[in-house]
Amino acid sequence: MSSKRILAILMVIMVAAFALAACGRPAEENQDGTTTEPVEQSITVNGSTSVQPLAEELAKAFKAKNPNIIIDIQGGGSGVGIKSANDGVVDIGMSSRELKTEEKNLKEFKIALDGIAVVLNPANPITDLTMEQIQKIYTGEITDWSQVGGTAGKITVVTREEGSGTRGAFIELTGVDNDGDKTTATAITQGSTGAVMTTVSSDPNAIGYASFGSAKENTNIKMIKVNGVEASEENISAGTFKISRPFLMLTKEEPTGAAKDFLDFILSTEGQEVVASHNYLKVK
Amino acid sequence: MKVYEKIIQLFLFLCALIAVLGVILITFFIVREGWPVIQKVGFFNFIFGRQWAPTQQIYGIYPMILGSILATLGALILGVPIGVGCAVFLAEIAKPKVANIIRPGIELLAGIPSVVYGLYGLVVLVPFIRKTFQNQGFSILAGSVILGIMILPTIINISESAIRSVPKEYKEGSLALGGSHWQAIYKVIVPAARSGIITGIILGMGRAIGETMAVIMITGNSTLIPESILSPIRTLTGNIGIEMGYASGEHQQALFATGIVLFIFIMILNVAANLIPKKVGE
Repeated sequence: MSSKRILAILMVIMVAAFALAACGRPAEENQDGTTTEPVEQSITVNGSTSVQPLAEELAKAFKAKNPNIIIDIQGGGSGVGIKSANDGVVDIGMSSRELKTEEKNLKEFKIALDGIAVVLNPANPITDLTMEQIQKIYTGEITDWSQVGGTAGKITVVTREEGSGTRGAFIELTGVDNDGDKTTATAITQGSTGAVMTTVSSDPNAIGYASFGSAKENTNIKMIKVNGVEASEENISAGTFKISRPFLMLTKEEPTGAAKDFLDFILSTEGQEVVASHNYLKVK
Repeated sequence: MKVYEKIIQLFLFLCALIAVLGVILITFFIVREGWPVIQKVGFFNFIFGRQWAPTQQIYGIYPMILGSILATLGALILGVPIGVGCAVFLAEIAKPKVANIIRPGIELLAGIPSVVYGLYGLVVLVPFIRKTFQNQGFSILAGSVILGIMILPTIINISESAIRSVPKEYKEGSLALGGSHWQAIYKVIVPAARSGIITGIILGMGRAIGETMAVIMITGNSTLIPESILSPIRTLTGNIGIEMGYASGEHQQALFATGIVLFIFIMILNVAANLIPKKVGE
């Protein structure tokens, strides 16, 4: 058999596989939808890429109960979310920062709180760092614990991988992201919250960060104060703990129809359980 | 030819086709996904770029290429002498009783999942290095030691069968000339088996360079150009493994592009392994 013929056969198989994969999907959805009323509604959502993964999980849970509502979630960033909601091009905009005064005309729904705890090894005597110190440790300006009042020892900076939402929030809120991610290249990079905490718990000179929800469960590490404020649910809710941010959903008018149902679901006990299960803080 | 024979032949051909198809499809998708980034950044900038900052669209995988090469080299420095030594011992020196205890042990070593190696490295080796050298512990050294152990079964198995396939006459000739057993081993048997031993080493290299999970857990994954054996590194596989979870768009394509480079590495190794003459002696 000539190599051209083999190639032709391979191509045919591939095309067939794609065609099959492509027709498989809509058929399934239709089957799910037939049990309830067939009228399909759709909601468009865009904005903060930090809120996006959570919004997608919430949409999944919502869809399980309301199969004929289609939720289309796009990224773009908080700015895009606020503008899109204001211009009415989407039903719901997402933001991971507080609204400025001039943006307050939007209806805002706080769906979750994202707090990031700075964690140290329990053997480390330091209990409090300023935001500036944390920033300098992560950019590599401060490299020894004696520079921040601790016992001498080279700081092991532990960070998350690029693309991680926790890393994105951390560098943004601490100012490590100063015209681009300035995290020191010597930082130990771990691919999960668990791996960060394991590293910090086994190295007395390590510093790391993790979402507050996961860090508070772990007794092998200690959360430190930032600017003298303890990482706690109250302080994060009040906004006094500075490495935290709200997740907002925004609408131009008082929401109606499918958008209202979705927001009601998010703020229901069930929706807030989804929030908590992804290590964000519930708002209710 | 009878019809059913033709059907069976066709079926067997299909089996072969599916295996090859797997390779072709994977190659095709990796290249299709990764190529745009390499094209945009430029092949040499991608390979020799010293900075990796995917969120700022800076893609240079030089630190990772160096990381993969250094970790593999370290693994070979540790693994080859031990592996070849063990193979010689099993083939030439060990009594059958002893060999029957050691061999299943080596098979077991091959069967341990890589995440377990990684966990062992994370819990035992990294803290040990941290205490001994007063540093972060995650390092080329940690990666090399674990990879060195992981490639042992490959090297030992292939080397042992190569040594065993050396014709008996070679050894008998050497002994008949008045040489000792050790002289026969290192002057006659091992040189005669060298093509098999080198094949084993190259396949071991392939295993070391392709290993992901254990390496992610113990090398620290820092994207800096290592200064010493105690520096943390990130390997090519680690780069893909650690960032795949949240990567999207161009970032994800850059990871596929990393995959292309890794693929080229593995291809070169496999071709090298095939080029080595299979004949024993010369």
